[in-house]
Amino acid sequence: MLALEDGRVFRGRGYGAPGERSGEVVFNTSLWGYQEILTDPSYAGQIVILTYPHIGNYGTNPLDAESARPFAEALVVRELAELASSWRSTEEVSHYLEQFGMPVIAGIDTRALVRHLRQYGAMRGVISTVDLDPLSLVAKAKASPSMIGLDLASRVSTPERYEWNEPSANIYGDTAWKPPTRFHVVAYDYGIKRNILRRLADVGCRVTVVPATTPASDVLAMKPDGVFLSNGPGDPEPVDYAVKAVRELMGRVPIFGICLGHQIIGLALGGKTYKLKFGHHGGNHPVLNLETQKVEITAQNHGFAVDPDSLKLSEVALTHMNLNDQTLEGLRHKTMPLFSVQYHPEASPGPHDAGYLFGHFVKMIEEWKG
Amino acid sequence: MPKRTDIHKILIIGSGPIVIGQACEFDYSGTQACKALKADGYELVLVNSNPATIMTDPELADHTYVEPLTAEYLEAIIERERPDAVLPTVGGQTALNLAVELSEKGVLERYAVQLIGASLEAIKMAEDRLLFKDAMRRIGLDVPASVVVTTEEAATRAAEQIGFPLVIRPSFTLGGTGSGIVYNREEFEEAVRLGLQLSPVHEVLIEESVLGWKEFELEVMRDHADNAVVICSIENFDPMGVHTGDSVTVAPAQTLTDKEYQRMRDAAFQVIRAVGVETGGSNIQFAVEPRTGRMVVIEMNPRVSRSSALASKATGFPIAKIAARLAVGYRLDEIPNDITRKTPSCFEPTIDYVVVKIPKWASEKFPDADHTLGTQMKSVGEVMAIGRTFKEALMKGLRSLETGRKPLAPPADPSELVRRLTTPNPDRLWHIFFALGAGHSVESLAELTRIDPWFLAQIAQIVELQGELKRAGMEALDSQGWREAKRFGLSDQQLAELWSVDADSVRRRRLELGIRPVFKRVDTCAGEFESFTPYLYSSYEEEDEANPSGRNKVMILGSGPNRIGQGIEFDYCCCHAAFALKAMGFETIMVNCNPETVSTDYDTSDRLYFEPLTFEDVMAIVDEEKPMGLIVQFGGQTPLNLARALQAAGVPILGTPPESIDLAEDRERFGRLLARMKIPQPANGAAMNVEEALKIAARIGYPVLLRPSYVLGGRAMVIVYDEASLARYVRRAEELQGAFPILVDRFLEAATEVDVDALADGEDVVVAGIMEHIEEAGIHSGDSSCVLPAVQISHDALRLLRDYTVRLARELHVVGLMNVQYAIQNGTVYVLEVNPRASRTVPYVSKATGVPLAKVAAQLMAGRKLREFGLKPELPVRPYFVKSPVFPFLKMPGADTILGPEMKSTGEVMGVGESFGMAFAKAQQAASQKLPVEGTVFLSVNDHDKPRIVGLARELADLGFRLVGTRGTAGVLRRAGISVETVYKVNEGRPNVVDLIKSAKIDLIINTPLGRASYFDEKAIRRAAVQQGVTCITTLSAAAAAVGGIRARREEEIRVGSLQELHRKGTAALRRSLSAVEQPLGQ
Repeated sequence: MLALEDGRVFRGRGYGAPGERSGEVVFNTSLWGYQEILTDPSYAGQIVILTYPHIGNYGTNPLDAESARPFAEALVVRELAELASSWRSTEEVSHYLEQFGMPVIAGIDTRALVRHLRQYGAMRGVISTVDLDPLSLVAKAKASPSMIGLDLASRVSTPERYEWNEPSANIYGDTAWKPPTRFHVVAYDYGIKRNILRRLADVGCRVTVVPATTPASDVLAMKPDGVFLSNGPGDPEPVDYAVKAVRELMGRVPIFGICLGHQIIGLALGGKTYKLKFGHHGGNHPVLNLETQKVEITAQNHGFAVDPDSLKLSEVALTHMNLNDQTLEGLRHKTMPLFSVQYHPEASPGPHDAGYLFGHFVKMIEEWKG
Repeated sequence: MPKRTDIHKILIIGSGPIVIGQACEFDYSGTQACKALKADGYELVLVNSNPATIMTDPELADHTYVEPLTAEYLEAIIERERPDAVLPTVGGQTALNLAVELSEKGVLERYAVQLIGASLEAIKMAEDRLLFKDAMRRIGLDVPASVVVTTEEAATRAAEQIGFPLVIRPSFTLGGTGSGIVYNREEFEEAVRLGLQLSPVHEVLIEESVLGWKEFELEVMRDHADNAVVICSIENFDPMGVHTGDSVTVAPAQTLTDKEYQRMRDAAFQVIRAVGVETGGSNIQFAVEPRTGRMVVIEMNPRVSRSSALASKATGFPIAKIAARLAVGYRLDEIPNDITRKTPSCFEPTIDYVVVKIPKWASEKFPDADHTLGTQMKSVGEVMAIGRTFKEALMKGLRSLETGRKPLAPPADPSELVRRLTTPNPDRLWHIFFALGAGHSVESLAELTRIDPWFLAQIAQIVELQGELKRAGMEALDSQGWREAKRFGLSDQQLAELWSVDADSVRRRRLELGIRPVFKRVDTCAGEFESFTPYLYSSYEEEDEANPSGRNKVMILGSGPNRIGQGIEFDYCCCHAAFALKAMGFETIMVNCNPETVSTDYDTSDRLYFEPLTFEDVMAIVDEEKPMGLIVQFGGQTPLNLARALQAAGVPILGTPPESIDLAEDRERFGRLLARMKIPQPANGAAMNVEEALKIAARIGYPVLLRPSYVLGGRAMVIVYDEASLARYVRRAEELQGAFPILVDRFLEAATEVDVDALADGEDVVVAGIMEHIEEAGIHSGDSSCVLPAVQISHDALRLLRDYTVRLARELHVVGLMNVQYAIQNGTVYVLEVNPRASRTVPYVSKATGVPLAKVAAQLMAGRKLREFGLKPELPVRPYFVKSPVFPFLKMPGADTILGPEMKSTGEVMGVGESFGMAFAKAQQAASQKLPVEGTVFLSVNDHDKPRIVGLARELADLGFRLVGTRGTAGVLRRAGISVETVYKVNEGRPNVVDLIKSAKIDLIINTPLGRASYFDEKAIRRAAVQQGVTCITTLSAAAAAVGGIRARREEEIRVGSLQELHRKGTAALRRSLSAVEQPLGQ
């Protein structure tokens, strides 16, 4: 059973692990890539509804995991496949999720749930296979912590620093071509996806991944050629330690931020962030690159956004805009080597249209180094 | 960047007649393009030879030409209209080929006409397999190994190099004509020979077979700023080896991981860029090896296609409309999304339902033909179904097909089952259901069929649930169980069969338990944004989004999948009903399940329900919408079959009462009515068995026409000349259900057949068109060419035709349209059949008279009166309009091409001319029936026709033709002093007539059937003619028309004219009356 904080209740059939989970209920409209979505640490603290009704058709495989384990709290689907059909599959979804303790609820009218969230906004919810009393579950949903003001980044970040050198693989897992390493990049892990690391390696970066709370001085001591700020879950405002670190790094080293990293840059630049009604979660968002006037179809996953009106346009150029709702999708500093996007150029899942941004980062590093 | 202002006048080329591989999806795309470009202020010139299209309605373009789609006529139109640009990407392969031809002949350059939508280079690269493959290899994409050859020797070398099985594909043919898979040397040689002949450039591709691989299609759009998006992915249920038009297909792709899908998406963009399609939509096909994931590019169509129509309906994204706007300079992000209004068209639709398309074949029409499915498309239509799951969509799709068969029908023979699973054929899906029910495992079926196990597992779930439901029984099933059954897509009818009860009791019980469907919206965005377009499908879910209005509304039932005998003409009528009723202020609701059509464009009516046309599905919509009336007389037999049940359920039926339809179909009651009205009909009777049939035939005299009481498109109708054949027919009918009574009619030999369409409001009657058939009675009216106005009918007969028509319309209380078929023999006018509903000829008569009959009829049904329209009692027609049928024989190897009472044509064209001869010649040309202006004519006629052939032969000789004939015919001609050479019949020696045809020494064949004895001889002649593209005429009346046509072609200049010019006078007031009704009626 799934209960929302506003009292709406959906009954379905349980799969995966039995249990009870609470979180913010959000929907993702991607047609493919459920494994990547569930293993994206940005979904920490969230119950994910997948709008496509058949989930699990092609099973799961180790290459499609974006991190060591699924991070979403629970999964809501219309129908979970009993049979996985793909030459790539090593394990069926329900086993895979069960192994990581993730509950799944299937068989509900997911479209009705999505329309509810669209109308009333993302809200807290509880999924349970144990407690089937609607009133009790609604009460639990109301009592669960809100996304606003919650620092989830430090919870999902790596506890230890580590190195990453592995480039993207093709679907067979072959890394046929290994680019020469040209630059050292320090990547802040607020909940980083593996494909970001791979894409950085693809453009010739040796990456040192550091915990979210690493002070700027420690990073500068590593003498990086560039700093990368990763994606991550939740509200950027409580991640004040990161904002502080970025302020200290700005102008001293080229910086590229994605998603939460972008929001942290926005805050570091003196801007404000706000919560979107139900966020952007999907693989089909059109983003206009304001500098080239070309449209990129992008993968997105965020519940908060940077308010463009809060930025000083004398310092900051707005570079990307979402064509669906005109929200800010990217910015760059006019004098300092710094840019960021709200969406996911690393894709996985999603289209590759914005992959050029990793190249831009490297070019910015080159120019900075003269 | 907004639209281009350097071009003002655009020529749009349509796709011509409905043929296998090119159906009404191009009316849909052409209509969308016309609407979009007209709204953008361009002056439009349209050419299409098919009068049964919405796009040729005079409102859609400024200058509409119903002329043959040949370079000759196109040049005449261009010369006259001087367009700035031509858009060739919305008219299928026909339009693309014409654009290439016009360009190569220098016509475009001569008149300074630009190609927009696709450049010549792009078209050539996409169409020429060799260029295409080279381009793919250059950009690093994998393709099947292949060699292009122009000789048989080179082909043999290539075959040795690649190894069997091989795919043979002739270049530049329509719908894959001539392509196929060959497994051995013998098949290979035959296919190569035929392929070289069929290819207009005498070129054949010999290719590595990817048989059994998974097949995918992506629908891609690109604008001139190089923004590119994928509108829809489609996965074929049937793996590679079956033409995608013959495959069950599913949207979106079900069995690709995101990484595989994105790889395909990247490749698709590489393809569209490499080919150089700068603006518009393209369809790109891929094959994926199921065990290794190896992906190869198969082909791309640089234009909108059948798949793009499907993709548009599947996602709510109108590809053709957007493609047209991109062609004139818009960017994707400048065009708003109609459905969400707030978001742009530059995005990729995402869906939260599953779409299944299932083809519909016409196997029963061509019993002799080979029905194995391969790379040459054979289906004549398709259905699409939307469900929240694959299971639900599949089951909705199956019932939309109207096959009347049950998923678990027993197989013919168990050993046969394996063959039927391994060899793709029209019934394979049913065999899969059966095999799963009989205990075959998903794995073993996947092995046999190469269909992805995911799909098979879904079907296995349905089969398993059916078993459980059967065991549980209807009474014991709780509402949870009912809901599950309905969520799996099982219909009341199917449940009734499982439980051996009637469908009514299933329905009653289901409603008692409150199990009803809800309606969900197709919104392009999986619910992320609000939808403003009520495009709906049913599902057994919780939330209903239909949100019906309180307006006065009329529901129109469409005609379902295209089939021979029921196609685009009825969709045309349904669309017109929607337009006309909207103009009267009604809210219009369309129900249909055919994705190719204009009626299922969400723009056509106020609300669209994409649903099966069954009683259960229609009633669910009626319960939701509560319309003030239903229109059932425009969608052909499909909605008519529901009329009684709907009426019995209390649904108001507009127009002619269903009782009249019943009366007209009940031979006995109708016979009594005619007798009372003193209107002659051929002597007839109804027989329940062989003895009765023999007795009736003895009474009325041979030959007799036999048919089952329920008839669609002349199905199973034959003419028999003796007792033995009659007995054989009736015995065969005994094996079929519901064939009895068998109707036995006296067949009127050498009679002239006439079709009359009429409008009536219950009091007044307008005779809309008196169409004289060019073929004699005995050929199905849908297969016969006909002419408006009548050319050879006597005044007395015309008077009788009018009189009978008016009286019949009154007697049957017709409100709306009526069609009557007559035969005239020796001055007597007989009624053959009355259909108190829209007929196949309505669009043709509308185009010929300038009066949109279906619109007038719809308004009559909604309460207006004929006198309000100011029409004359009989609509005037000027000049001559000939309608000619188009046949699918080239796609049906083995099928006999002889015409008879069983309808075989898939489409029609119209020829317009100042003389009957010219109109006929144009119609023949438009139907790709070449009328030679010089050369050799082969003549062989039966004894009955011999006296009459002399005149024709003389005329041909006068026109300079060389004549050859078989012994008997040649003798008759020689005796009449006409110079003729004798040629052997097939069994007489060699070289015989078939040899001559095959060596291209014959330009026209006039061969009237001699009866059963020479059947095989004639069949060989006809097949050879089809393959050689030589026109073969099988009736003397058609031969006379052909000779007139040839004379006209030689003596008259090519003249083209637009419908607007033809009908400028006379119809303006009518159009005003139709479109501006002061207040909605029926309040």
